[in-house]
Amino acid sequence: MALSGMRGLSVFISDIRNCQNKEQERLRVDKELGNVRTRFKNEKGLTPYEKKKYVWKMLYIYMLGYDVDFGHMEAVSLISAPKYPEKQVGYIVTSCLLNENHDFLRLAINTVRTDIIGRNETFQCLALTMVGNIGGREFAESLAPDVQKLLISSSCRPLVRKKAALCLLRLYRKNPDVVNVDGWADRMAQLLDERDLGVLTSSMSLLVALVSNDHDSYWSCLPKCVKILKHLARNQDIPQEYTYYGIPSPWLQVKTMRALQYFPTIEDPTTRRSLFEVLQRILMGTDVVKNVNKNNASHAVLFEALALVMHLDAEKEMMSQCVALLGKFIAVREPNIRYLGLENMTRMLMVTDVQDIIKRHQAQIITSLKDPDISIRRRALDLLYGMCDVSNAKDIVEELLQYLSTAEFAMREELSLKAAILAEKFAPDLSWYVDVILQLIDKAGDFVSDDIWFRVVQFVTNNEDLQSYAAIKAREYLDKPAIHETMVKVSAYLLGEFGHLLARRPGYSAKELFKIIHEKLPAVSTSTIPILLSTYAKILMHTQPPDQELQNQIWGIFNKYESCIDVEIQQRAVEYLALSKKGAALVDILAEMPKFPERQSALIKKAEDTEADTAEQSAIKLRAQQQSSNALVLTDQRPVNGTPSSNQLTLVKVPTTSSYPDSTDQELSQTNGTLNKVDSSFPAPDLLGDLLGPLAIEGPPSFTAPASQNMTAEVDGFPNAVEAGAIVPVGKQANSVQPIGNISERFLALCMKDSGVLYEDPYIQIGIKAEWRAHLGRLVLFLGNKNTSPLVSVKATILPPSNLKMELSLVPETIPPRAQVQCPLEIINLHPSRDVAVLDFSYKFGNDLVNVKLRLPAVFNKFLQPISISAEEFFPQWRSLSGPPLKLQEVVRGVKPLLLLEMANLFNSLRLMVCPGLDPNPNNLVASTTFYSESTQAMLCLVRIETDPADRTQLRMTVASGDPTVTFELKEFIKEQLISIPAPQPPTPPSAAPPVGHPMVTTPPAFTDPGAMLAGLL
Amino acid sequence: MIHFVLLISRQGKVRLTKWYSPYTQKERSKVIRELSGMILNRGPKLCNFVEWRGLKAVYKRYASLYFCMCIDQDDNELEVLECIHHFVEILDRYFGSVCELDLIFNFHKAYYILDELLIAGELQESSKKTVARLIAAQDSLVETAKEQASSISNIIAQATK
Repeated sequence: MALSGMRGLSVFISDIRNCQNKEQERLRVDKELGNVRTRFKNEKGLTPYEKKKYVWKMLYIYMLGYDVDFGHMEAVSLISAPKYPEKQVGYIVTSCLLNENHDFLRLAINTVRTDIIGRNETFQCLALTMVGNIGGREFAESLAPDVQKLLISSSCRPLVRKKAALCLLRLYRKNPDVVNVDGWADRMAQLLDERDLGVLTSSMSLLVALVSNDHDSYWSCLPKCVKILKHLARNQDIPQEYTYYGIPSPWLQVKTMRALQYFPTIEDPTTRRSLFEVLQRILMGTDVVKNVNKNNASHAVLFEALALVMHLDAEKEMMSQCVALLGKFIAVREPNIRYLGLENMTRMLMVTDVQDIIKRHQAQIITSLKDPDISIRRRALDLLYGMCDVSNAKDIVEELLQYLSTAEFAMREELSLKAAILAEKFAPDLSWYVDVILQLIDKAGDFVSDDIWFRVVQFVTNNEDLQSYAAIKAREYLDKPAIHETMVKVSAYLLGEFGHLLARRPGYSAKELFKIIHEKLPAVSTSTIPILLSTYAKILMHTQPPDQELQNQIWGIFNKYESCIDVEIQQRAVEYLALSKKGAALVDILAEMPKFPERQSALIKKAEDTEADTAEQSAIKLRAQQQSSNALVLTDQRPVNGTPSSNQLTLVKVPTTSSYPDSTDQELSQTNGTLNKVDSSFPAPDLLGDLLGPLAIEGPPSFTAPASQNMTAEVDGFPNAVEAGAIVPVGKQANSVQPIGNISERFLALCMKDSGVLYEDPYIQIGIKAEWRAHLGRLVLFLGNKNTSPLVSVKATILPPSNLKMELSLVPETIPPRAQVQCPLEIINLHPSRDVAVLDFSYKFGNDLVNVKLRLPAVFNKFLQPISISAEEFFPQWRSLSGPPLKLQEVVRGVKPLLLLEMANLFNSLRLMVCPGLDPNPNNLVASTTFYSESTQAMLCLVRIETDPADRTQLRMTVASGDPTVTFELKEFIKEQLISIPAPQPPTPPSAAPPVGHPMVTTPPAFTDPGAMLAGLL
Repeated sequence: MIHFVLLISRQGKVRLTKWYSPYTQKERSKVIRELSGMILNRGPKLCNFVEWRGLKAVYKRYASLYFCMCIDQDDNELEVLECIHHFVEILDRYFGSVCELDLIFNFHKAYYILDELLIAGELQESSKKTVARLIAAQDSLVETAKEQASSISNIIAQATK
C-alpha cells in the first residue's frame, strides 16, 4: 500500500533504505534536513501539502535517531490549520516530537482549547488525544473543566467521551486537584453505568487512578465495579466485538479488579459474596488452552483475580487455592506463566502467612534459578530471598553460591549481596557464616563489595570462638594458586589478627604466615598494601621472642615503602617501622582489636537502599519491617557526642592492665603523643572505612582531639557508654550499659496496652505481649539479642506481690546471636491489690554484667473487663451500694488537667467503660467495669467523676462495688492514674486555682430523666 | 500505565516510538539503545518480560519486528502483552496481512492507529471493529479534503487559462 499522495516522502524513505551503510544514510539525512530547513525558512511559498510532507520527513528522521532541532514550530503551527488533514498531522507530529515540558506547547494551548470546546467532533478527538498523550500541568489547569464536561456530556458520542476520560486521567496525573470538584465522585459512579464498553474501559482506567490516591470518596463506585465484573464474567450483554478470543473484554475485567484492590475491604455482605463468586469462578474456571492469545488473556484475568483475593485476604480456603494454583504455575512449561507464578508467590509472601506452604515448592523454585531465562531467574532469586528463614537458609544460600559461578555478570552483584545478607540474617552457626562469605569472595570477588568482607571481620572479631576457625580458613584460601584480591585482604587481616592463635600448628608459624602472605604482595593494588603492612606489623609483634631474620625482612619492607607515593602506604610504613623499634610498647599498641560496637549491618542497609529500584522491593521491605517489629533488627548506634569519624579514630586499643579511667586517659594521651611525634599531619584514612581506621592507629589531624574526646566520654559517663566501651576496657563498672528510652515511660505505656517494648539497651530488647481473661493472664516475654555475639548468664526471676501468683517458664541461660527467645509467664490474680510484680533480669555481654529490675505491667486494670451498663441496671446498683466501705467518695486535688474527652479516653484505655448519657451534667463522667480475681470472682464496679470546668486540677470521685477492698483499690488506682499520667501541657499556673472546697455543681432532681435521677441519688 | 511503545526491527532499526511519560531526546535514545540491546539478544522460547530499570518491558516478536511496551513493576504483564497483539491484529486488518514494509512506508498510519488504541498509556478501545471504523472515517475525511482541494485548483486553473 503506497503512501497516499506523498511521493516525496516515499522517495526519501526508499533512499534511506537503499543506503549501504550508516555513513551514506547520514549524508542522505543531512541533505534532506538542509532541504527542509531552507524550505521552512521561506515559509511563504509552502503549500499546506508541502508543509505536511516536510513535517513527516522530520518525524521520520527523528525516529531514525537523528537530532532534529528545528521545525518544531512548523509542526505546532499546523495544529491551527483550518482543515482536517493539516490539523491531524500537526497534532500527531507535535505529540511525537515534543514532550510535555517543551515551551512550544504553551503556544498551542489556546488553539487546543478552541478545538476541544468547538463543535467539530473530529477536531475534539485530535485535541483530546494530544493532550492525553503529552499534556502537562499547564494543560491540566486550563483544560480540565472542559474535558470533564465532554466526558459527562450526554450529547457527545462515545468516540469523544472515551478520549475525554483518558485525557482527564492524564491531567489528573499531572495535577490531582483538577478532579477535586464537588460531586465528581457521583459523576464517576454514573459513568460506570455506561453501556458503551470503549467509554467504560477508559472510565475504568480513570477510576483506577482516582481510587489509588483516594478511595474514600469513591465508595459508591465499589458495588458498580462488582456488578460490571459479574456481567463480564457471566458474559451478559457483551457485544461480540468486545470479546477477545472468546473472553469478554479481558482488559476491562483486569482494570475493574485493579480498581477494587484499592478499597481496603468490602463490607456489604451481598456485594462481597457476589464478588467472591466471580473470583471463585475465575480461579476454578481458567484452563490452559492451545491458543496463546486466549491463554494470555484468560491468565491476565486470573492473575488479577489472584491479586484481588490476596488483597481481600479471603477465607483461608480461597487463599490456599491460590497458593495451589501458583504452585502449579511455577512448574509449567510456558515461560510467561512460570515467571508470573514466581512473581506472585513473592507478592503473596508479603500479604499472608503462607511461608510454610510456599516452602513445599522450594525444590521447584531452586530449579527455576537454573532456568535459561534471566527474567525467570531473577524472580526465583527474589522469591528464594523472600522465603528464606532459619529453617532453610543453609539450603538456599548454598544454592545461591552454586549458582554464582554460572550466573551472568548482570546478576552477580545482586546475588552475592543477597547471599551475604541471608547468611548473616539466618546463620544457624557462625562458622557457617564465615564459610559462606569466604566462598562468596572466592567465587565472585569482583562482585563482593567491601561491606561484605568488613562485616565478616566484625563478626570474627566479636566472637572469640570463631577466631581460630576463621584464621584456618583464611590460610587455606591463601594456599590456592590464584585468589581474588578481596580474598587477600580478608585473609591477611584475619591472619594478622588471629594467626598467632594457631602458632603451634604446623604451617602456621609466624614465618610461614608471613611468607605466604608476602607472596601475594607483588600482585595486589595500592588499596591492599596498607592491609598487608598492618598484618606484617602484627605478625612481627606476635613473634616472641623476636626472630631476627623475620624482623629484618619486615623492616626492609617498611623501609621500602617509607617513601611510597601513596600517602596511606607511606604513613603506615613510617609508623610501623617507628613503632616496631619501640619494643614492648608495640605489644600494647598493636594488640588485638577490641570488639566492634554493634551497628546495623551495612549490607542490610545497602539492600534496603537498592531495593528501591529492584523488583519486589515491597515484599522484602515489608518483611524487614515485620522483623523489626519483632524486635530484632539492630539499631544504628549514634554517638551522643563527637562525630562518628572521631569515634572511629579513637578506637585504639589501650592496655587492658590499666584499670582506672584516669590512667587510661593519660596512657592514651601518651600513646597519641608518641604517635604524634612520628607523624601528625596526614589526613585520616577514610579509604577503608572504620574497619581499618583503628588499625592504622594514627591520631587525627589535631592530636588533642581524641584526648578531649575521651575526657568528655569519661565525664559524661554513661550516655555514650558504647563508644566509651571501645576506648576504656569494658566491664569495669557494673551496668555500664544504658537503657534506650525511658523505662518508666515504657512501663506506663504498657499499662494501657498489651504489647510493646518493656526494656531496651544496646544489647537486648525485652518485648511483651499479654493476654488477659478474667482473673487469668498470660504474658510472653520476648528476649531479643541484638548482637552478633551471644548473651550469656541470662537470668530472669519474678518477684510477685502477694496478690498475684506467677509462673515463669524456663529462661535459657544463653541467647544466641541475633536470636529471640520467648518466655511465657502465667499469672493468676488472687485478690484485689495494686501491688506490682517486678522482673529481676540480668545477663552478661563480654565483660559487662547488666542487671535491671523492671516493673511488669500486670497491674490492677488488666483484670478489669469493661462493661456497658444501662440506666435501668445502673441506678438500682448505685442505690444499693450505699456509703462506705462499699461506696467511697473523695475529692482529689493536684490532678493533671485533662479535657473531659481526654479523661474519657484515659478511662476507656484503663478498661473503665465510660457510659455517656447517664449523668445529665456534661462535666461529669460515669464509668462501669467488672473486676476479676480468684477471691472476689466477677465484681461490678461503678465510678462517677465530677469535674469542675473552672479548675481542672481537682475533681470529686465516687467509686462503688460489692467488695470493700475492690472499691478502695480501684479508687486509689484511678487516683494514681489521674495524678501520674504525663500532662500534655505544663500544669496551669497556680493563680488559676479556685478556692479550696469549691462546691460541686448539683442539678435539681427531675425524676423523669434517668440522668437526673442519678444526680438526685448522689 | 504504559510509559512508551517501541517498534524495533531485528536489525535494531526503530520503526515507531511513542512516549507517554516525559523523556528528553537524550533519554529517549538511551532507552532505545539499552532496551533493543536487551530484547534483541533474547532467545526464543523465553518469557515475554524483561525487567529494566525498575520498570518492565513486555515485548513480542512478530516476524522481523519486535513490539515492546514498557510498564510499571506491578502492572498486569499479560494484559499488556495482549494489548500488543490487539494492536498487531488491527494493523493486520488495516493493511491486509501487515509486514514491516507497510509500517516503514506508512509509519504515519501506524501512529494514527496507535492513537485510536492508546491514550495516556492506557487502553482506549478494545473493539477492533470500532478502531477500524474510526480510522476509515479519518481516511475518508483526508480523501474528501484532497478532492475538494484538487477541484478548487482545477477551477482556479480553468479560470486563469
